[in-house]
Amino acid sequence: MNPSPRSELGSELALQVQGISKRFGELLANDRIDLTVKVGEIVAILGENGAGKTTLMNILFGHYLPDQGQVRVFGQPLTLGSPAAALAAGLGMVHQHVLLAENLSVLDNVILGTEPLWQLWSARAQARSKLMHLATELGLDIPADALVGSLSVGERQRVEILKVLYRGARILILDEPTAVLTPPEVEQLFATLRRMVERGLSILLISHKLQEVMAVSDRVVVLRQGRVVLSTPTATTTTTALAAAMVGHQIPALVRDPQGRGEVVLELQGVSGGGLREVSLRVHRGEIVGIAGVAGNGQTALVDVLCGGRRPEQGGMRLAGQVLRFWTPQLLIQKGVARIPEDRQGTGLIGSLSLWENWLGGRYREQPFCRWGLLRRQVIEQQAAAALARFEVRGHQGSVRAPAQVLSGGNQQKVILARELFRDPQLIVAHQPTQGLDVGAVAYVHGQLLAARQGGAGILLISEDLDELLSLADRIGVLYRGRLSEPIAREQATRTALGLQMAGQGYAS
Amino acid sequence: MRLELRPHIPVWLTLLAPLLAVTLALLSCSVLILWTGSPVVTAYGALIQGAVGSGFALTETLTRAIPLMLTGLGVAVCFQAKLWNIGAEGQFYAGALAATLLGTGGVPVPEPLLLPLLLLAGWMAGGLLLWIPAWLKTQLQVDEVVTTLLLNFVVLLLVSYLLEGPLRDPLALGWPQAAPVLEAAVLPKLIPRSRLHAGLILAVVAALAVWGWQRLTIWGFEMRAVGANPVAARFFGIPVPQVILYTSLVGGGLAGLAGVCELTGLKGYLTLDLSPGFGYTGIVVAMLGQLHPLGVVAAAIFVAGIYVGADSMGRVLGVSSYLADVMVAAALLWLLVCLCLIRYRLRWE
Repeated sequence: MNPSPRSELGSELALQVQGISKRFGELLANDRIDLTVKVGEIVAILGENGAGKTTLMNILFGHYLPDQGQVRVFGQPLTLGSPAAALAAGLGMVHQHVLLAENLSVLDNVILGTEPLWQLWSARAQARSKLMHLATELGLDIPADALVGSLSVGERQRVEILKVLYRGARILILDEPTAVLTPPEVEQLFATLRRMVERGLSILLISHKLQEVMAVSDRVVVLRQGRVVLSTPTATTTTTALAAAMVGHQIPALVRDPQGRGEVVLELQGVSGGGLREVSLRVHRGEIVGIAGVAGNGQTALVDVLCGGRRPEQGGMRLAGQVLRFWTPQLLIQKGVARIPEDRQGTGLIGSLSLWENWLGGRYREQPFCRWGLLRRQVIEQQAAAALARFEVRGHQGSVRAPAQVLSGGNQQKVILARELFRDPQLIVAHQPTQGLDVGAVAYVHGQLLAARQGGAGILLISEDLDELLSLADRIGVLYRGRLSEPIAREQATRTALGLQMAGQGYAS
Repeated sequence: MRLELRPHIPVWLTLLAPLLAVTLALLSCSVLILWTGSPVVTAYGALIQGAVGSGFALTETLTRAIPLMLTGLGVAVCFQAKLWNIGAEGQFYAGALAATLLGTGGVPVPEPLLLPLLLLAGWMAGGLLLWIPAWLKTQLQVDEVVTTLLLNFVVLLLVSYLLEGPLRDPLALGWPQAAPVLEAAVLPKLIPRSRLHAGLILAVVAALAVWGWQRLTIWGFEMRAVGANPVAARFFGIPVPQVILYTSLVGGGLAGLAGVCELTGLKGYLTLDLSPGFGYTGIVVAMLGQLHPLGVVAAAIFVAGIYVGADSMGRVLGVSSYLADVMVAAALLWLLVCLCLIRYRLRWE
């Protein structure tokens, strides 16, 4: 790392991408992309899934050879198609999913692959001091001798960043770095990034989260369908403008009409088991109750209880006033509970089955879909096609016989919505319903949830995304180590207070 | 040059895969034939001649294919729902045993009803034998691979005991074999002076019925869903344990039918060598047929042809007919390779 004073900012170009094009068969993944990153600058690349972000990164890092165009690093042309050349030129990639050996120490992970094997031991002392020097300079507190397996996700990401810097990278490419982090960890990461650019590094940040891009970047480049559609200093733009550039049209703002809530539709009393501890909760008709919390604090067990997948060890549940005596998914579907699961490919859909089968789901014994034990394919396929069209599912070329796995994540989620919202459920359990979706699909899912609320359904929205909860929910509770806090009205809820609760403040141990 | 995952596997490729696998299996086994010192072309000529070269050869192949079709179907139905039925051998003997108990004159039954009754009894015996491991799987998560496999030996030992003791035919000169089934219970011959019997019609009809059942009925839908992803199927509202239980009755029943057909169509009386491993070969047949009922019919005829042809190859050239086992195994291995490869597309860059 060559620290250069901040005053030189803007004078030197760190990275120049000039007219890069890449075609995969029919698809023009990158279309004459131009892009520059100055020394000491954080540039964010924003775009929906499939906009060409990943292709561009893979070209920069030498995994793909572009059809046209060139890349310059600190003025020198980069040999394309060679990861080794990219590394040598000072490009470093921090992957979305941290790739570290869990059974090795931090130090070993960092030096792994950088030293010839026969020098490994002699170089350790030197490597340790270099690593510690880097860490203190960036204010990263890293236990060099701890096993990576014992670190939290945020800490592992810091190790990954240090590893890239250790190899002499001066331009860091971070691919969706916040996808796995909690809100406080995101703040820490951004602070680190700012310190890094102050010391003369340059950062290219790939993201689809607007708020984060606004918070940390100096400049934003928006990609859509392989092209740069907007390149602007962050200070002069707004999230609305960026969202519109990403999807190519204005995203209608969420309309959230105030409305009185109806009678209680769901009541949990002291539910324990599967990691839950005495969870009590009421959901009324016409309201959205949000449950915040870091993943792994009992969310999955809560969803399983509500959808009949798990019988609680203690406590009870009432649906529309009736005490639930049997716990099967089948029964809860009959009682009007809709389930929008977190793991849409694992438990929401059956990828190898066709779209009509996935849309049909558990309704196969009902009129008009079945007669004398035979499935009425024509009726089902017609209704499935109509329903999928109504929910704007795309990517199956109009054939409901295509397997569900050919669809993108957003369209798969729409298939689930088409199935679950088909018969006006009285309770909707939505677990991370917009995880991994594009801006457009997120807006669609939010719109559908609000419409269901308008229609009088009770909705339990379990999410790690505080912005989502604060914009949708009427009341918000926090799940921490299996305990649920008393939900508070959204008007009184703040990010800070919720963040502290998510970290465990205010819970009996 | 790169391998790319296909989003969609075209039908012609799924049909091509088994043909390619068979070709590759024969090619790789030609090394073994060369090793025995026999000319490859002559050997395969003798094999094909023996399998399909004459009317007689053809009837022999089809006769051998009947039990394989039924055990193959029994296995395929279960595998389709991810119920790993390794017990078709035991279910085969359970069916044959039920037919022996009811069909040898011990129980008074009106003659026209006897054959349908035996088929039904064989079905139920095989089905119930698989129902036990399936029930243990749904209630106690007992691994059905182990239980179905071990039940084979339980049934074989039971049959062995019965043939040495209570069921031994006093007229069989001390051989461990049961009394022959009554005349009214014998499946009619399809072609005079051959061994081909009406079991073939039964097996093909069973395959068509299974095909229609899987494609058209709500139970077929349930089984597809459970087989593809039991967790998601459960949250669809499909009663997964019940699906596994009735699948076991159907799958085990088909393998039980194989036992009844072999007994009443061919051998006439129960012995311990009624099946030369039809239950286990049924697994290979099911896999070669890619678990499709019609594929199973084709695969059963192919495997039967290899066995019948290899016998005749052995007579002509003195090549060991055990080579048939190697060929069938090689075909299965090559098929697995081909099925893996057809999921990808080769792209030149």
